[in-house]
Amino acid sequence: MYKYNFGTLTTMFDQWLESLMPSWAATTIECVIIGVALLLVYACLAIFYILYERKLCAWFQCRLGPNRVGPWGLLQVFADMFKILIKELISLKDTDKFLFALAPYLIIIASMLVFSNLPWANGLQIVDFNIGVFFMIAASSIGVLGILLAGWSSNNKYTLIGAMRSGAQMISYELSIGLSIMTMVVLAGTMNVSGFVAGQEQGWFLFRGHIPAIIAFIIYLIAATAETNRGPFDLPEAEHELTAGYHTEYSGIHFGFFYLAEYLNLFIVSGIATLVFLGGWMPFHIPGWDGFNAIMDYIPSVIWFLGKAFFISFVIIWFKWTFPRVRIDQMLALEWKYLMPIGMFNLILMTLIVTFGLHF
Amino acid sequence: MKYEDFKDNEYIEQLVAELNASGTNVVVGKLDDLINWGRANSLWPLCFGTSCCAIEFMCLGAARYDMARFGFEVARNSPRQADYIMVQGTIVHRMAPVLRRLYEQLAEPKYVIACGGCAVSGGPFKDSYCVLPGVDKILPVDVYIPGCPPRPEAMFYGLMQLQRKIKVEKFFGGANRQEKIKKFFEEHPEMKGTM
Amino acid sequence: MATIQERISQLCPSATFEEGENLLVNVPDGDWHALAKNLKEDSELNYDLLSAVVGMDWKDSLGCIYYFTRTSDWSMLTVKVATTDRENPMLHSISDLWGVANFQEREVYDFYGIKFINHPDMRRMFLRNDWVGFPLRKDYDANPELNPIRLNDEINEDDTYSIVEKEDGSLVKEDKKIFGADEYVVNIGPQHPSTHGVMRFRTSVDGEYVKKVDVVSGYIHRGIEKLCEGYTYPQTLHFPDRMDYMSAHQNRHCLCMCIEKALGIEVPRRAQVIRVMMDELMRISSHLLSYGCTTMDMGATTAFFYGFREREMVLDIFEKTCGARMSMHYNVIGGVVKDLHPDFVKDVKALCAIMPERLKEYHKLYTGNIIAQKRMKGVGVLDKESAINYCVTGPSGRASGFSCDCRKKHPYSIYSELDFEEVVDKDAHGDSFTRYLLRLKEIEQSVKILEQLVDNIPDGDICAKVPKIVKLPVGRWYQQVEASRGIFGVYIESDGDKKPYRMHFQSPCFNLVGVMDKCCVGYMIADLITIGATLDFVIPDIDR
Repeated sequence: MYKYNFGTLTTMFDQWLESLMPSWAATTIECVIIGVALLLVYACLAIFYILYERKLCAWFQCRLGPNRVGPWGLLQVFADMFKILIKELISLKDTDKFLFALAPYLIIIASMLVFSNLPWANGLQIVDFNIGVFFMIAASSIGVLGILLAGWSSNNKYTLIGAMRSGAQMISYELSIGLSIMTMVVLAGTMNVSGFVAGQEQGWFLFRGHIPAIIAFIIYLIAATAETNRGPFDLPEAEHELTAGYHTEYSGIHFGFFYLAEYLNLFIVSGIATLVFLGGWMPFHIPGWDGFNAIMDYIPSVIWFLGKAFFISFVIIWFKWTFPRVRIDQMLALEWKYLMPIGMFNLILMTLIVTFGLHF
Repeated sequence: MKYEDFKDNEYIEQLVAELNASGTNVVVGKLDDLINWGRANSLWPLCFGTSCCAIEFMCLGAARYDMARFGFEVARNSPRQADYIMVQGTIVHRMAPVLRRLYEQLAEPKYVIACGGCAVSGGPFKDSYCVLPGVDKILPVDVYIPGCPPRPEAMFYGLMQLQRKIKVEKFFGGANRQEKIKKFFEEHPEMKGTM
Repeated sequence: MATIQERISQLCPSATFEEGENLLVNVPDGDWHALAKNLKEDSELNYDLLSAVVGMDWKDSLGCIYYFTRTSDWSMLTVKVATTDRENPMLHSISDLWGVANFQEREVYDFYGIKFINHPDMRRMFLRNDWVGFPLRKDYDANPELNPIRLNDEINEDDTYSIVEKEDGSLVKEDKKIFGADEYVVNIGPQHPSTHGVMRFRTSVDGEYVKKVDVVSGYIHRGIEKLCEGYTYPQTLHFPDRMDYMSAHQNRHCLCMCIEKALGIEVPRRAQVIRVMMDELMRISSHLLSYGCTTMDMGATTAFFYGFREREMVLDIFEKTCGARMSMHYNVIGGVVKDLHPDFVKDVKALCAIMPERLKEYHKLYTGNIIAQKRMKGVGVLDKESAINYCVTGPSGRASGFSCDCRKKHPYSIYSELDFEEVVDKDAHGDSFTRYLLRLKEIEQSVKILEQLVDNIPDGDICAKVPKIVKLPVGRWYQQVEASRGIFGVYIESDGDKKPYRMHFQSPCFNLVGVMDKCCVGYMIADLITIGATLDFVIPDIDR
């Protein structure tokens, strides 16, 4: 039914390799290829996202944004990356050197683990196991460790305050993310990533689950903004309060890792939202409009997935450049007094709706 | 402004001539070009303003002048992540150790721009009992931008001159830190003339 | 005036009087504190606002000149207190009566070495604590070897002392610490994005809550007052532009008016109108910057760009007429330096036409935002009594319900003929949100003034006839104007020479920063930034 299935391609490649060499060698080669591809895509997306945000923010602010380095400023981020790669790494006195060096890697590993789970297109997915969604939530929580370690090991009061804020914030909003995704798991009846996508063939969960799904989507958007430490929840960084928050003392590529991970996390939360609410790589279908649906099917599934993810990122970037920063007490009150209770009731509502079959 | 007029900077011409006097290795030279291209086009400023010039610097960031076009807009508040310090405003005795420390906290490669009359020479406050007669008394300055305060266009001119200066630097041969330079020359005595 | 003189001599028989601009009361130091208490609390005197404290060195004696204002009718009184002891000069502190005196007296101590008895915290205000000598004394040794450029940190920052007067009249020096050993002190500044310059707040925090703010100033102290003593009057004119660079026109207007008052020069009508228009344009530009910075400090970066978009229009007007975007140097003694640019009227009209709708856009973009309101409403409350006690004037004072617009209270230039409102918050909220909103309302009033004047610029001279060499007669003058951030005052004391004997600038921001500790305690670190932004101080104006 779908025009482009990467599954057949990858299966063919696998069979070809198996015919040439023993199974273990084939698996090893596949793993290496996937690892390299993942790194490449990761880097490319990060570079794209940095430019995307800079151009968007310029647009919101009646400016032009980068336009001198390369055509339309396309090479601007490459210049930044070259520079940051060869910038000096400052080692500090009186710090825990091991933890200080470990922190940026923890953050980047956490974001990569989740990244590897996203369903890119029809059949283009690295691991597809039965608790995929659960794994994503679990893996993304490792990131907070990195931030806490960075703040703690820097031996600086600003970073410490930033790390403490971040700890409080991430742990709180993880609950909301969990609850809103759980709500959708109830609707989907599976935790399997491909199952999730397949379940949305007849319509995206956002529409099929109507009221509770929309509530869950809004809660997810707010919590995801907080989870990625972006404005209005950028308290751990809080440029105007804590100079640069938890990564104040990091320089060179260590800082680059934080910088990249920030943008990649933005993509990841958008990707999860796409998967859970907007049908993953599924094209947009309207039941009954067969001609329209057929045209939609011609658009490759990769474009569907990326398009939806970029759109959600656009919304989150829009938040950042419009809203002022919330205060720590307001942020915690929002989570514990509003989002979490609403999320819980929403979960119950969804359960009832699914039980009585009231969804589309 | 025409490009020929912009290039009219004898100091840099002289620097280029000296650097190229003994020739350079093709591979190393190309790598240098790439690195310098990256550095010159990604100058992240440290937010450091003490008085009037800082307001003009804000205008530089605002929509009309928009330094984001050149990629200068990623102003970092932490000196560890910034590339250059643009001293905007008077530096007085109490501030001098702070400025010096900020400079030392910057990660290599780092550059200093003295922006405005006060930073260049003490400006109208030169005679005062507690004003530094120019930041070059305590920091190595790369570019001077005169004016009180300089117009945003003048700041752009200064920043572009800094870009030109970076583009003729040598990473391989004129390394980031002094000890690296020393080590490099011990290993490659033939490169001694290049920097 | 006679009744006040009688009342004061009744309360303090040792006082002597001099006539001048205001009544000047000479008080010996022994009776000074008792008289000060009466000045504040006596129902007939009731001088509740301490407008200025000027340290003085009369060569044979050191002392202070205090300017008091009565907020009921805005009449002023001058008090002079002096001591002949140059080795160990001491005066009684009045910081227990007026909060504003705390910082002002520290400034006098820093410049003249006068120690204040019963002052809680006798540290230097602007200079390093290892500075040798007191720079504004006439016998100061300016040898650079005594005070070289030191690149080491200041040690013992926490140490302070006060001189306490015991019951029996003996003086005891008590050493103190600013912060206890177990307090968690976060150092905000001097290089920090939200201190609007190089201000430093040493903040003791409990979790996220602020327990105490210690203001450390002087990171841009340029010694302007000392420099002025070495320059002729026309040469001193370029300093006010660089103190509060966001009120450059008003400040310079003030200094020019003070000199004109002393010389008895009548400024031509055309120059008066131009000056007032420039003042109001400057106010608009300043409040737009304040709007931008407030929003940016709270994290809404985009709003900043919208404020700056309109600010560029104002800067264009300045540039066309004055030739510079900042540091305009437009007012001179007797008038203005150049005539208006032909486009001036057109540009001002365009600005006046566009501002109301742009203000609506600002409100839409930021004021109505739920996060912005939650973060500013009820935060950093400064009540009216404290505003008067700490001499917080300008928009920040008016947000606390303290009616203090110098344009209405001491009308200068042509302000008495103009139709505009003094924007005062009637309910005296005094919180960050009111301060923020009041600035935007003041822009409307400034536009109103501009609209009245733009079609009525009279023809005539732009500058009065001024002698080639400006020499002021012997005497002292004090002039106030309403700058963008509050009442700006200039004090000139002349000994008949072409250079001032003493020139003092009473900056509004110095008083604003004095209430930081009062406003911030009990709120959070994030609120400290908001409060700082809405109080809107300009650091070079504090340090001078």
